[in-house]
Amino acid sequence: MKLFKLCAVAMVAAALVATSGVAAAGTLQEVRERGVLIVGVNGGVFGFSMPDKKGVWKGLDVDTAKAIAAAVFGDANKVKFVALTAVQRLPALQSKEIDVLCRNTTQTLTRETVNGLNFCHVNYYDGQGFMVPKKLGVKSAKELEGATVCVLPGTTTEMNAADFFRKNRMQWKPVVIEQTPELSKAFFAGRCDCLTSDASQLASHRSVALNPDDYVLLPEIISKEPLAPVVRHGDDQWYDIVNWTVMALIEAEERGITSKTVDKMLKSKDPQVQRFLGVTPGMGKALGLDEKWAYNIIKQVGNYGEIFERNVGLDTPLKLERGLNDLWTRGGLMYSAAFR
Amino acid sequence: MPERLFRALEVVAGDLGLQKGYDRFMDNTLTGKVPFWLDPKKRAIIFQVVVFAMVGVLAYYLVSNTLLNLKKQSIATGFSFLHKESAFEIGESLISYSAASSYGRALIVGALNTLKVAFIGVVFTIILGTIVGVARLSSNWLVSKLAAIYIEVMQDIPVLLQLFFWYAIFYETLPSPRQALCPVNGLYLCNRGVAFTIPETHPAHKYMVLALLVGCGVVYLLRRWARKRQETTGKVFPVFRVSIGLIIGLPLVTWLAFGTPMKMDIPKLVGFNFKGGMTVSPEFIALLLGLILYTAAFVAEVVRAGIQSVSKGQREAAMSIGLRPPFVLNLVILPQALRVIIPPLTSQMLNLTKNSSLAVAIGYPDFVSVANTTINQTGQAVEGVALIMTVYLIFSLSTSAFMNWYNKRVALVER
Repeated sequence: MKLFKLCAVAMVAAALVATSGVAAAGTLQEVRERGVLIVGVNGGVFGFSMPDKKGVWKGLDVDTAKAIAAAVFGDANKVKFVALTAVQRLPALQSKEIDVLCRNTTQTLTRETVNGLNFCHVNYYDGQGFMVPKKLGVKSAKELEGATVCVLPGTTTEMNAADFFRKNRMQWKPVVIEQTPELSKAFFAGRCDCLTSDASQLASHRSVALNPDDYVLLPEIISKEPLAPVVRHGDDQWYDIVNWTVMALIEAEERGITSKTVDKMLKSKDPQVQRFLGVTPGMGKALGLDEKWAYNIIKQVGNYGEIFERNVGLDTPLKLERGLNDLWTRGGLMYSAAFR
Repeated sequence: MPERLFRALEVVAGDLGLQKGYDRFMDNTLTGKVPFWLDPKKRAIIFQVVVFAMVGVLAYYLVSNTLLNLKKQSIATGFSFLHKESAFEIGESLISYSAASSYGRALIVGALNTLKVAFIGVVFTIILGTIVGVARLSSNWLVSKLAAIYIEVMQDIPVLLQLFFWYAIFYETLPSPRQALCPVNGLYLCNRGVAFTIPETHPAHKYMVLALLVGCGVVYLLRRWARKRQETTGKVFPVFRVSIGLIIGLPLVTWLAFGTPMKMDIPKLVGFNFKGGMTVSPEFIALLLGLILYTAAFVAEVVRAGIQSVSKGQREAAMSIGLRPPFVLNLVILPQALRVIIPPLTSQMLNLTKNSSLAVAIGYPDFVSVANTTINQTGQAVEGVALIMTVYLIFSLSTSAFMNWYNKRVALVER
């Protein structure tokens, strides 16, 4: 159990202290030499990253990580997942314990500047909501005066909630527990009146509750939470790879390339598709990857739409609509830059 | 022995043809002109300077290397974040705090929360530990076996699991605030904590506290006076009974003088939670309970060892010169047992304080919990961890300084 946080954070600090001052090789080279990609994930959010009954990692963040491995190695299974709490995640990335963080992390100004991190393309547009037991009879978050609220520490959620209650001049009492499963246990046992988190996570918590129908999400969405993979400052090549991997997922959906049709598409006469799939070389070399990188991603993991539907879509217990996460052509925000 | 060694050295030196050099060395020694590398005092100073310089260089290397690495990753450094607005809320606080307060204040709130749980924890641990330790030595089979089972079970279960256990018991078994249990009027038990009635704030309370302090002061002087009187005249003064009277009586008289203010602040269910009175959170209770029950098992063993370290003959000798049992305990057994008890007891007190950092797991906002959040929000892990270490170091050093002082006081004075 990694519960003794002081120890963990101290180790991270020690790593920061002890890391040699000599300029290190690029992350891509390190990952290749190691032969496996190390990715920080949540580990406790169904639909985003959680091991299933057989211990196989499943989820939207997990598939994003697999896509990166497919781009780098041509093998989506060369990934090692490290479950991190919200408090541990940024130091773990800063101290090079992990190569990339795919852990529903919100892109913020402070994290990109004083924390020395870079956020790649968003892989899920989210917003913070509130979940309450139905029997409480609360209809709006504005009625939460005096409520006890369960919240994860070290998250934008924690600060958004503080801002929301301050703005509306309401009293509240936070209960802050670091481990996601412990927090959700406390909420479902009635320790708090209300659980606040990103809406997708609330849906995820509810889907694993004993009686999911006893809980409702309140209508207010109080924040913007663009969740994206994160890398360290100072390695532009690695940033490009992760960034364009996410964009490749979106581009493939837009062009109608799926894991099933990708082989057929290799024979496409469309020059844009040919460039994208590496039939016409150039893109892979520019990123420092194999020319088949995008092909490997789509063949082994699927496009963004497939990943979404498989993990959090309407046929899953989470039953999330595409909404903001639909393609721009269908009124969503998913929009990839040009592959040329 | 040294002479023999010298002689052997002389022989060896002579054999090696070093007689001349050796003679010169001996002359120098006798006249006090010793080269500095042969003078142990000077040599010690040189060694210390060298070691100190090496530590300094190492520290400089670590600090500058860290700063360089942080700069390369463009991570902010320094302690200026302490003045910035924290923007997060803390569940319970001894001083006024809101999300608009600074990180510095948030950390103070955390430190005070740690001190609160550590102080109350230590007091109850010593009381419970002493009772169990004495029970362990009881001649009653049942009592001593029960104490033994308690000690074995509590010592062998990791304290973190115990915390989870008590916390789960609290929120799983107790009802929600609207169906709160009410065993006595004004006392409510629910999964939000324990709410109980306290006297409504009244100006008399301030004076009652003052009266209590005055009472304690008078008792201290009285004890000194009584001891001196006993040493010079042999007359015994009933210090204990008078002390109790003073400590309870003075505040009571003050209370009566203010016209016996009786108004009570009773907790009432308003909206989601209880308002008024005083509410103790489940996190605090679970943490306190877990720490006390765990550490008391160790303290019980310490107390048992202390009492057993005083040989039976001491008690028998004291009885044979006609001392009554309370005096046997106070004047013969305790002074000798405390000498053995206090050093390990100090380390148990420090253990309890340090273990309180496990509060993170069950959501009690102790210092580590607040510091962790601060580290996460500001991204300044090195500074944050340095602060955590400094604060725990200060707590531990001041505890052991106090206990060392007390240990010296109770140590046996040989005349």
